[in-house]
Amino acid sequence: MKKIYADLHLRPNLKDPEQVACMIRKASELGYSLIAMSLPSNFPEEKIHQLRNICNEAKVDFASRVDLKSQTSKGLINSLRKLRRRFEIISVMCESKHVARQAAKDRRVDLLNFPSPSFRRRFFDKAEAELASNSLASFEIDIEPLLILEGPTRIRLLSSLRREVVTAQAFQIPIVISSGASNELLMRKPRELAALASLFDLDKASAVEAVSRNPLANIERNREKLDPNFVAPGIRIVRRGKDC
Amino acid sequence: MDAVWNAVSKLYGEYGASRSGLKLIGYDAEKGLAVIRTLHTTVEMVRAALASITKIQDKPAAIHVLTISGTIRALNEKIKQ
Repeated sequence: MKKIYADLHLRPNLKDPEQVACMIRKASELGYSLIAMSLPSNFPEEKIHQLRNICNEAKVDFASRVDLKSQTSKGLINSLRKLRRRFEIISVMCESKHVARQAAKDRRVDLLNFPSPSFRRRFFDKAEAELASNSLASFEIDIEPLLILEGPTRIRLLSSLRREVVTAQAFQIPIVISSGASNELLMRKPRELAALASLFDLDKASAVEAVSRNPLANIERNREKLDPNFVAPGIRIVRRGKDC
Repeated sequence: MDAVWNAVSKLYGEYGASRSGLKLIGYDAEKGLAVIRTLHTTVEMVRAALASITKIQDKPAAIHVLTISGTIRALNEKIKQ
């Protein structure tokens, strides 16, 4: 059976519609069936609809995503309360330890992302992983920094990622590999992303799952929850009426 | 091919590059297609190195693997498809 691939983190300049369309077409050419773009939290619904239409034309499924960059855990909780039902994917950019810990234990968070290449500002350790293992969050790795960085910075980032992947696997936290691409030249095929994951010792089978099964499971779960007929996991409204 | 050699040796060092058996078999500048030979044991390594290329001669660029095959004849047939 043909594998379905997803890239959950495209970061085009949303003010440049040509670049957005170009990246969507490129994702389709590269073999992705589903993409998600980082959208601002106040992004209007009609524009999301427009993006969905462009994706439909390119035969790619589109998922809305928001990246939360709160400074405090209270701020994060407030943002989650406001935005959870508006976006299919919620990712938290963990730039401080408090926010990282709050994100790891909150069941409304889908992806934990650690954008800083510096090991001092990456908080995915055993404590974080233990919290995340009790929630639904996946550990997201963006490949773009690996392509852009050079020399000792990239070496240190690879070293951090290697350690974090071991921790994630030990606590059975799903790993999601995304391109994190800000332009079409930084987009890669799913198998290429998986090959790049070998640089931080992720085995081939897990790497392929990280660009296919794991991101798709996230989307499927959230779409089910956002469905108006959803009541609770395993419980759905199948019919409405007076005789029910 | 310099960009490919540089990428392989940057990521895997000269020792890793020497194990890859890299060789340029053909290059079509018009179509932007190249055929590169490598050992089957180092395919993933070369795939990662090619994916890591972001510039060729200081100009932004990206290289994608179209297909992989054991023989050049089968490769040409796959590309024609």
